[in-house]
Amino acid sequence: MAYSATVGSVRHVFPDLKTVLARASPMRSGDVLAGVAAGSEQERVAAQLALADVALRDFLAADFVPYEDDEVTRLIIDTHDAEAFAPVSHMTVGELRDWLLSYDADGTAIAALSPGLTPEMAAAVSKLMRNRDLIQVARRIRVMTAFRSTLGGEGVMSTRLQPNHPTDDPRGVVASIIDGLMYGCGDAVIGINPATDSPVATIALLQMIDEIRETYEIPTQSCVLSHVTTSITCMERGAPMDLVFQSIAGTQAANAGFGITLDLLAQAQEAALSLKRGTVGDDVMYFETGQGAALSAGAHFGMDLQTVETRAYAVARAFKPLLVNTVVGFLGPEYLYDGKQIHRAGLEDHFCGKLLGLPMGCDVCYTNHAEADQDDMDTLLTSLGAAGCTFFITVPGSDDVMLGYQSASYHDALYVREVLGTRPAPEFEAWMQRMGMVGVDGRVRELPVAQHPVGALAELREHAA
Amino acid sequence: MSGAADDAGAGAGASAPASAASTEPTEPGLRVVDPWLELRRFTPARIGLGRAGDALATKDQLALRLAHAQARDAVHAALDVDAIRGALDGHEVLHVRSAAPDRATYLQRPDLGRVLAEGEAARLRSAAVPVEAKGGPAVGATSGFDLAFVLADGLSPVAVQEHAASVLRATVSALPGWSVAPVVVATQARVALGDPIGEAIGARFVVVLVGERPGLSAADSLGLYLTYEPRTGRRDSERNCISNVRPPVGLSYEAAGHKLATLLREGLRLGLTGVGLKDEGPSLGA
Repeated sequence: MAYSATVGSVRHVFPDLKTVLARASPMRSGDVLAGVAAGSEQERVAAQLALADVALRDFLAADFVPYEDDEVTRLIIDTHDAEAFAPVSHMTVGELRDWLLSYDADGTAIAALSPGLTPEMAAAVSKLMRNRDLIQVARRIRVMTAFRSTLGGEGVMSTRLQPNHPTDDPRGVVASIIDGLMYGCGDAVIGINPATDSPVATIALLQMIDEIRETYEIPTQSCVLSHVTTSITCMERGAPMDLVFQSIAGTQAANAGFGITLDLLAQAQEAALSLKRGTVGDDVMYFETGQGAALSAGAHFGMDLQTVETRAYAVARAFKPLLVNTVVGFLGPEYLYDGKQIHRAGLEDHFCGKLLGLPMGCDVCYTNHAEADQDDMDTLLTSLGAAGCTFFITVPGSDDVMLGYQSASYHDALYVREVLGTRPAPEFEAWMQRMGMVGVDGRVRELPVAQHPVGALAELREHAA
Repeated sequence: MSGAADDAGAGAGASAPASAASTEPTEPGLRVVDPWLELRRFTPARIGLGRAGDALATKDQLALRLAHAQARDAVHAALDVDAIRGALDGHEVLHVRSAAPDRATYLQRPDLGRVLAEGEAARLRSAAVPVEAKGGPAVGATSGFDLAFVLADGLSPVAVQEHAASVLRATVSALPGWSVAPVVVATQARVALGDPIGEAIGARFVVVLVGERPGLSAADSLGLYLTYEPRTGRRDSERNCISNVRPPVGLSYEAAGHKLATLLREGLRLGLTGVGLKDEGPSLGA
């Protein structure tokens, strides 16, 4: 079915819904690389005009990737909740935007609608929204998840403590963990990207973090971000695994590039649930996504970066994850060229994830060949804080020495706490209080490591070695 | 997500951070060693930085900016082709361009960095005189050359400027009897640009020496990619890679040249490169 809009004397015709979405997408390098971007600014707005008039019902019939060929499409269609969809079933995309911004659309109403929305509907409405819209609507949506800490509550913004090391040296990892804990980071997860994806390396790191966590009775969860098959092997060998991690994408073919299927994810989830390691909840999955993942695998099927990204959220929501984050600036300037594009994409991903019911976080990050710097990250982090982002990644001094990119720092966790008035997860906050880490003014105290309650962790380092 | 999706080589390494105060006062007249000093031995991460309120202290903030500036400058530097020509005294040097007209396009369109600009292939074919025309000896090639080197700016022209000529010399001296094509310097180039270049020249192997994506202070790391019978459409799984050539911290020129020569001899014996050719392959002797 073709769509069109007339701007001045020019009638812009788009052959199908997929093309309308791609042309309507705000400018980003990845869509140019894929050859799906609008050819001019006017064509982009023409596509947005056409998109605003598309009936939401059309999305249920549209063929983004054929149902027969793609298990992500089957998941989206087969789990679509017609009853939840009913209140908006008469609306166009433009009307959905207006409703989401209206005072009627409080958190409860949006949460009730969520199972009735497909990822492509979420992508569509976001393309009509400005950054302020993405922030304001996302802020209304609370997605609560729990394992040993409870995430997503009112005024809570959590952090992943990411203590990566170029060679997985346990002493170096411990040093970065101590540092992060001193800033009150890590209530979402203490999560390591391993340099070596092997069961032996993963188990060694898991045991090390688990010992620290038990010794100090820290109400958080640990994760080594190995491939899901490695995690399954580790669990079979009795490793103390809290969360199963996996990178996911929005088509079956792109997921095949990651070496995963929905069945494999279900198998891993079941194994992790059987360990019953959670204390306040049993959300055991941790997913990462990012605009460009499907295109880099050549498995985007003519969809724009952002639309196929939202389909990854359909995969995520099938597994009741504790955490999901977009690695927004990580994939490089061929997908998101500069600070403006990274900022926009970060807010889109957060909004669409929340709209689809996910505990959405963000790795506020960039690589050295992107036109971006720490100032851009400050702006994005502040925007995400205003939007009620579930969590963000923190590394020592913003410098990830293993993955070779820059993210937010431990210091930035203090910044959002002060500027936006956010707090860590309640169980973790109580732990910080017990440990004497919070001053009478409510701020995280600055203490020399030798006098710091978690400073004694340093003594573990030789043991860990 | 593991691994950045760029084929100009992954960055590596990081600097030791600017340190916080090395000692902490306890009692007047008595100072103890900062535990961070000891912890910092185990990681290059920027740990124990201390705070200016909720922020980095000025010196740490500027240290981070400087490291980023070095990485940015390394990405955006222009390769000085004449200087490379001078450093490769004795080798004929040809300069070709990819289809990416400028740095901004190159960074956004990796596909253009993998193909030659119009007319460049023909220019290479006429400029690189095949071996049999010279009557020179060849170890493996029945026509054309045994080996072609491509010096590709990649994501760090600085790395190529600093290290490529030395690696090339070390490799050539470890491969007596091999016929080596004129050296091709390629700008706005990705690794796979070596395929059409090697094909146009008529080389049995192409070795692409490429600037790797700069990390925060390893801005000059060179990667070496080796491909047997290069032609457009070769997959990454059909290449071998030696990364992080960056003396004195990374691999030395001699070690890189030796490793490369060993791989080349073994690749010649097996008639392939890529996953079927192991890094630890046996040396076939001089």
